[in-house]
Amino acid sequence: MDAFLLQILNGLDKGSAYALIALGLTLIFGTLGVVNFAHGALFMIGAFCAVTLQKLLSLSFEMVDPEKTDFLGNPLKVKTPYVEAWFGPEVGGTIIEWSVPFAILFAIPIMVAVGFIMERGLIKHFYKRPHADQILVTFGLAIVLQEVIKYFYGANPIPTPAPDALNGVANLGAIIGMDIIYPVWRIVYFFFACVIIAAVFAFLQFTTFGMVVRAGMADRETVGLLGINIDRRFTIMFGVAAAVAGLAGVMYTPINSPNYHMGMDFLVLSFVVVVVGGMGSLPGAVIAGFVLGILESFASMEWAISLIPGINQIIIYLVAIIILLVRPRGLMGRKGVMED
Amino acid sequence: MFGLDKRDTTLLLIVTVLTMFAPFILNPFPTDSGLAQFNAGYPDLMQRFVIFGIFAIGFNILFGLTGYLSFGHAAFLGVGSYSAVWMFKLLSMNVIPAILLSVIIAGLFALVIGYVSLRRSGIYFSILTLAFAQMSFSLAYSVLTPVTNGETGLQLALDDPRILGASATADGSIPVTSLFGLEMRSTYSMAVGPWDFQFNVGYYLCALVLIAAFYVAIRIFRSPFGMMLRAVKSNQQRMNYTGLNSKPYTLAAFVISGMYAGLAGGLMASMDPLAGAERMQWTASGEVVLMTILGGAGTLIGPVLGAGFIKYFENIFSKINDNVLHGWFSFLPDGIEDFLVFVIHPFIGKGWHLTLGILFMLVVIYLPGGLVEGGQRVVGWLSRRKSAQSRQSETNPAE
Repeated sequence: MDAFLLQILNGLDKGSAYALIALGLTLIFGTLGVVNFAHGALFMIGAFCAVTLQKLLSLSFEMVDPEKTDFLGNPLKVKTPYVEAWFGPEVGGTIIEWSVPFAILFAIPIMVAVGFIMERGLIKHFYKRPHADQILVTFGLAIVLQEVIKYFYGANPIPTPAPDALNGVANLGAIIGMDIIYPVWRIVYFFFACVIIAAVFAFLQFTTFGMVVRAGMADRETVGLLGINIDRRFTIMFGVAAAVAGLAGVMYTPINSPNYHMGMDFLVLSFVVVVVGGMGSLPGAVIAGFVLGILESFASMEWAISLIPGINQIIIYLVAIIILLVRPRGLMGRKGVMED
Repeated sequence: MFGLDKRDTTLLLIVTVLTMFAPFILNPFPTDSGLAQFNAGYPDLMQRFVIFGIFAIGFNILFGLTGYLSFGHAAFLGVGSYSAVWMFKLLSMNVIPAILLSVIIAGLFALVIGYVSLRRSGIYFSILTLAFAQMSFSLAYSVLTPVTNGETGLQLALDDPRILGASATADGSIPVTSLFGLEMRSTYSMAVGPWDFQFNVGYYLCALVLIAAFYVAIRIFRSPFGMMLRAVKSNQQRMNYTGLNSKPYTLAAFVISGMYAGLAGGLMASMDPLAGAERMQWTASGEVVLMTILGGAGTLIGPVLGAGFIKYFENIFSKINDNVLHGWFSFLPDGIEDFLVFVIHPFIGKGWHLTLGILFMLVVIYLPGGLVEGGQRVVGWLSRRKSAQSRQSETNPAE
């Protein structure tokens, strides 16, 4: 039972990342009808926003400290980050330590801007072109973004730790009398994902803006004829989708040190998630993300591997293949949307 | 000739001449000149040109004719490589059985994957093929280690059985791949003045296979079967309404293109007898898509051009470094020189993929027909100008 619960927890944090990326992909597909292969790159850019902020905060100057000496008796050079000099070592140190959560605020404007530029600069011109062209051009864009990041940050993963307070492990099972030790940050990630998903759904469901967007997803032409500038709203939704992917990346950095190809690794799986959930269905994408994440972690349990060797590597693809063949519109896809 | 019309014969002849004289054509600069780094006439690179050319021709039969965009073609290449290496391990070092087996196995593999994937079209087809390829990649890395040797990659060893050949040569080393005793790696170099031309047995084998593959592709393009595939691309629904089941045709195209990929994989292993799972990764599939699009999907010569273009510039761009650039721009004032080098620096050396990505985007945006369409546009533009000029010089008779 312990192991069972632990696997569900394990699945939840990966599932959260899948769900967030798939949510963004579905938003873009549902509004603009574009298959965005560069969405993984947005996830990666988000992660590198966190890296950048951490680097910026730890920018430091060197100073000769006359009180301290090294073992030869020479005065020691001490590096002090500017932040610590300005706010005092206590506050400054805390700011640096909490750089990853702070990066959320830092990343939102950047990601929205990146999304705007991408949509207005490139994807706008591809609405009328076939899906194959959209896939190809966003695939090219993903390569470019990835290489730009590689140029500035190098090819090695950059460790970006979570704040110490959230870096330990917690015994989640204590409440129900069981022993489930689990890293705190992953739980934080799961709740963060839930908040983001809830926010996106609430935005679409309870605001006038969201209502118009939903109407546009259902029938773009009619909404346009009613005198609403639906294109602009869709552009904003693209920015929102980019921000969702970026935030997923920001918070993922302590779990996995970001490197330049992390986006591609997640992209393939997220596409599979979108297909399983149903093209254009937002709840489908979220549910499929969590379900596949949990399935993946169950498949990596020992009994599953001894039953079918290698199942942990292929379970997601296997599920996708079965779903596509049995129910091509996906778990919650609407009838007639991209069904062929 | 060979059942081809005049235009196709010319095309085939052009490809034949280009591949046969590649050691000369790709080696235009004397070895001691500063431009020698742009030479591509050495065996390893020429083999890669030709092998990826075959791969792209095969991919084009599927994508160019039927419009089905497969993102998993590298899996067939990988399967072909593995089967070829196994043939070297078990049977003999002769490349013929190895290549035959790799084509057959890749074909069977394509049959299974194609049968399932082709039940869907459009983006679903792309994702299905992608899923299958990633599955094969993961399996090759993990569970299938007894067959694929996991991360290390499949290599030859001294204690391999090699029923029809020797496990080891007389001096105790691993034998090399050969065609009835003609070693693949043996190279004849001809020095003409400052030039050094290299003729490699392996390269010429690949080149002959490429010409044969190109010929088969022309025949497929011009056959009723090819016409049917084009009809599928332009409007599959209408095809179905006329009461025609298009699936056997698309499946045949998928299997053929899978066999081409297997052939490329087998040749790759014949030139250098090892096979690794990274050949099956989806970025490798993306590469062949790039080649085909860049050259011109749906055209005969396009994929070959695209493959050559990408492999050439991959090689050359990766070799240029800051020192070389400083050498080129040394005639400029120092400030401008440094600035130019600084600007170009991200795009060369390790930054080759950045250049490739930008180039690819530009091609998809402005030139969906690839290099071939670009060439046609230039020719069309020139001839239009010429005809416009001649019309101007004409004197129109007065009414």
